[in-house]
Order: sequence, then structure tokens, then C-alpha cells
Amino acid sequence: MAMSHSTPMEAKSLRQKLALRGIDGVTLLVLPSVIFVLAIFIYPFFYGLMLSFSPMREGGMFANYAAFFSDPYLYNTIGATLRLAIPVTILSVAFAVPVAMRVRLMKRQRLLTTILVLPITLGTVLVAQGMLNYLGPQGWFSRTLMLIGLVDSPVKLTNNYWGVFLSLVVTVFPFTFLLTLSYVTGIDPALEKAAATHGASSWQRFRHVMLPLLVPGLAIAFCLTFVQAFAVFPSAVLLGAPSGPTRVISIAAAQAAFEQYDFTMASAIAMIMGVVQLCIVLIVLVVRNLFYRGATSGGKG
Amino acid sequence: MIRDTSIGAKLWITAVWAVTIFFVLNVLAIIATVIVSSLGTRWLGTWLPNAFTFNWYASAWREFQLGPVLFVTFQIAFTVVALSGLLGVTAAYAMARRDFPGKRLIMLLFLLPLLVPPITFGIPLATVLYQFNVGGTFWGVVLANLVPTVPFVILVMIPFIEQIDPKVEAAARVFGAGTFKLFVYVLMPMLIPGILAALLLVLVRTVAMFELTFLTAGPTSQTLVVSLYYAVFASGVRAVQSIDAMAVIYMVSTLVWLLVALRFVNPTQIVARGNQSSAAH
Repeated sequence: MAMSHSTPMEAKSLRQKLALRGIDGVTLLVLPSVIFVLAIFIYPFFYGLMLSFSPMREGGMFANYAAFFSDPYLYNTIGATLRLAIPVTILSVAFAVPVAMRVRLMKRQRLLTTILVLPITLGTVLVAQGMLNYLGPQGWFSRTLMLIGLVDSPVKLTNNYWGVFLSLVVTVFPFTFLLTLSYVTGIDPALEKAAATHGASSWQRFRHVMLPLLVPGLAIAFCLTFVQAFAVFPSAVLLGAPSGPTRVISIAAAQAAFEQYDFTMASAIAMIMGVVQLCIVLIVLVVRNLFYRGATSGGKG
Repeated sequence: MIRDTSIGAKLWITAVWAVTIFFVLNVLAIIATVIVSSLGTRWLGTWLPNAFTFNWYASAWREFQLGPVLFVTFQIAFTVVALSGLLGVTAAYAMARRDFPGKRLIMLLFLLPLLVPPITFGIPLATVLYQFNVGGTFWGVVLANLVPTVPFVILVMIPFIEQIDPKVEAAARVFGAGTFKLFVYVLMPMLIPGILAALLLVLVRTVAMFELTFLTAGPTSQTLVVSLYYAVFASGVRAVQSIDAMAVIYMVSTLVWLLVALRFVNPTQIVARGNQSSAAH
């Protein structure tokens, strides 16, 4: 804004030119935030990228990446993370759709959505601590299963794969569900009513009217859910077996940074993590494009 | 709405509700175990503890030095709230009112920190912060927490500002109000509910933000959730009820703000606002 008060003649014409393109004092208000995001988000990313190519170990600029992909203790973390993230994502999306289709018809959704927003708000650390009690050998979950006679001895659900899996479901499903609900309620109900008037059954209405309209939103929900699940960290340490089957990639990155103090290696692992996430997101978006893509929801909800 | 009354449809509806209720019951039970355990004297091999007591809260408060930790937590959270409000609301105003070249690119720039998970960008960020000697300090934690909260405030506020009639502002301009006066006397009063909701959610997010704080905090800048993580990590050192008491204190310090925030926003908007506006553009 300081610029706009310079010499009257010259400044006015320039100011008018800029104003015509939509740039004036008000537009400049966006600058502090842009500079902030560039400095604290974009710059560290490129800094990390550069750092990952200047390793502390011997072997040229790709030494960190070579070390990662030659050590099974490191490269297996990708598989371990995918084995957690992909099933959780598919499960969450698969359950979110039918539940959202029912909940959208509910008059009083507020209580349900409030309960579901609790695990998101409380975060993974608290859920992990609660689940250590709840799913533990003396916890209510095993007790209930034994009471109704499903099992004879307590089921082992902590300090292994299933503990992390279940804690991911608890924190990730509400997120997917609320996202899906916002897409489902955004679809014009008149479209479904029209299909019903023409005699379509509820399955036909879902398959041929709702689903095609939902696919773009579901693809985004899938990507966001996957990216969250792939970044699993505290629950993999607290509820899983952090040196065994739930040694996920973020544990490897955190160990490189805070136990070996090799920030170049930690940055390299963070970059690999980003690339894997990007690959899955790209695959999902390509698959989405194979589906119907036209005017979505008859008008934005 | 159209009703389908065939037996298959009824079975399907029942199954969907059964799964939903099962999920909700488990979520509530997870939270309830923490509360019950924190209030129990001894809880081994029974449905409920033998007797109830409040003593664990006093011992947790002492053992984990929760006084200083809570003070630091809210100091960090309120600093983040103030700064992200200042940066976010002004930027949202510009984004809502002006069309300028590169606007889509800037929108993408604001979306990225919300879409990339904290642990992925947190490690390079922590490296840079330690390089500039702010890693491990109060301001390091504040800066790291601002990365997702500034874009969050922007994305929540854009639709709020868009729905205010520009004629009101034009009228204020005609009567000679500058941009600053316009903000303080005309826009602020109308935007207060939106700003309040956005900032309360920022408060909740910052108190509950584990990854970024964990990566950038030092011994004097730990927030409650990071202390809770270390306590659970080293469980066996302290009584589990004591850790649970700390977890309950953490829960209360988060949920109070959530409940206030929910008076202004719908739970769906907590996850969907930002993403919906991105899908619409």
C-alpha cells in the first residue's frame, strides 16, 4: 500500500493499470500469507530436497537414496506402511458411502456427527492410549467378546498390526465419512426423485444416478484418507510393534533425524514418503478419469 | 424421501445402522476407559475398578509438571490463534474480493499445506528451523503450527466474506473510510461469528497437533499432547491411572473449545470446508 502514495502523475496511470487487472491495495493484503507459506512451507521442502542430495555418508549425491533402497530394514517400511494405509483407506471409503447415504436422510444428524468428530479432534495419541486399555487383554473389548462367547481367551489386539490398523480406522473413518457426507448432501435430491418417479429401484438409483455423481468426490476423499493413513506415526509406535511389522516409514524418518541426527537421510526418507503418496494419488486420479465426468450435482448444494 | 419397503432394503438398512452403532459405541468406549481408569484405585481383571478416587489427578499434576506444560500449551496455542487470524483473515479478504492474475496458483499454494500430512513436511521444516536456531524454541513450535492454520483460516473465511454484500463496503468507501477503518468498523462486526469459529478450530487443532510440535519442540516448548505421548511411550515408569488422568486433562482442554466452536459451525465443516471450496474451483 505504501507504493500507491508515490508521485501523483506516474503512479496514477500505473495504479489504474494495475487496478484494472485486479491488483490494488486490497490485493496486496494477500502478500503476508503468501510470503509466509513460501518461506515456511515451500522453502523447507526445496531445502530438504537439496539436503537429501548432500549426504553425510560416502558415495556421491544419491548415497542416501542408495542406502535406503539397499537396506531391507529401511525399504521394507514402504511395504509395511502401504499394508496398513491401503486396507484402511478402502475400508473407510467402502463404509463411508452407505452410511452417508443413510445419514443424509436423518433429521437430527448433529449428535452423530459430533460424536464422530471426537476422535479427529482428540488425535491419534489419545486414541492410542485409550485403545491400549480398551483392546488390551483385560480391556472391555475382549471381555465383551468372552461374555457373548465368541472367543475363549482374550484376543491379542495391541502391540501388533491389528492395534495400529484399528486405531487408524477409528481416527480415519470419521474423517472420510464427514467428507463423503458433505459430498452426498451436495447432490441435488431432485435428481434421485426424478429417477424414482421413472421407476428406478433404490439400487438402480444408487448405481446409475448417485454413484456417477459421487465418483469425483470419492476419488478426492480416497486420496485425502490415504495420505493421512500413510502418515501414521504415534499409534504405530504406541499400539504397534515399532521394530517389527508396524515399522512404518515415518518411524524410519524420525529415527534418522532424532536418533542418528542424520538430517540428510531424514530428508531423503521424507522425500521418498512424499513420492509414494504422490504416486498413489496420481493412480487414483487416473482411474477416476476413466469414469463418467460431466456436469456433477445438478447445481452446487 | 423415497422409501423402499422390500425385505432386502430393510435388511440392508439395518446392517448399515448396526455397523454405525457398533463404531460409535467403540469410540465412546475408548474415551470412557480412559476416564474410568483415571478415576479408579486399582483396575485389574474386572469390569470396573474396585473403588473410585480423584488422587490420580493430583499425582499426575505433580509428576508430569502439568502446570508449566499447560501454561506453555496455551501460550503457544493463543499465539498461533492470534497470528493465523491476522494473516489469514486479511489474505482471505483479498482472495474473496479481488480477481487477479495468479489467483489460482495462490489458492493452490494455500491448499498444499492442508493436503500434505504434517509428518511429511514436518521433517524438512524442523531441519530448516534447527538450522536457523529456532528449532526447539517457543517460536519454532509457533511457526511450525502456523503452516496448516494460516491456510485453514483463509479457506474457512473466504466463503464467509464472499457472502457479505460488497455494496456495504462501497457505501463505507463513499463516506471516506480507508481500508483499515473499513476493516475495523464495517467488516469486523459482520465477520465476528466466522472469525470466532475459525479461530476456535485453530485453537483445537493447535492444542491437539502432535506431529509438528513433536518434531520442533524442545524441553521448554513441549505442549500437553507431546508430554502425553512421552508418558505413554515410557509407560511402566508411572502408574497407568496417572497417565490416564493426564489424558483426561488433555481431553478436557481440547473438547471445551470444540464444544464452543460447534455452536458456530457444523461438524461436517471441520473436515469439509477447505476441501469443498477446492473442489468447487
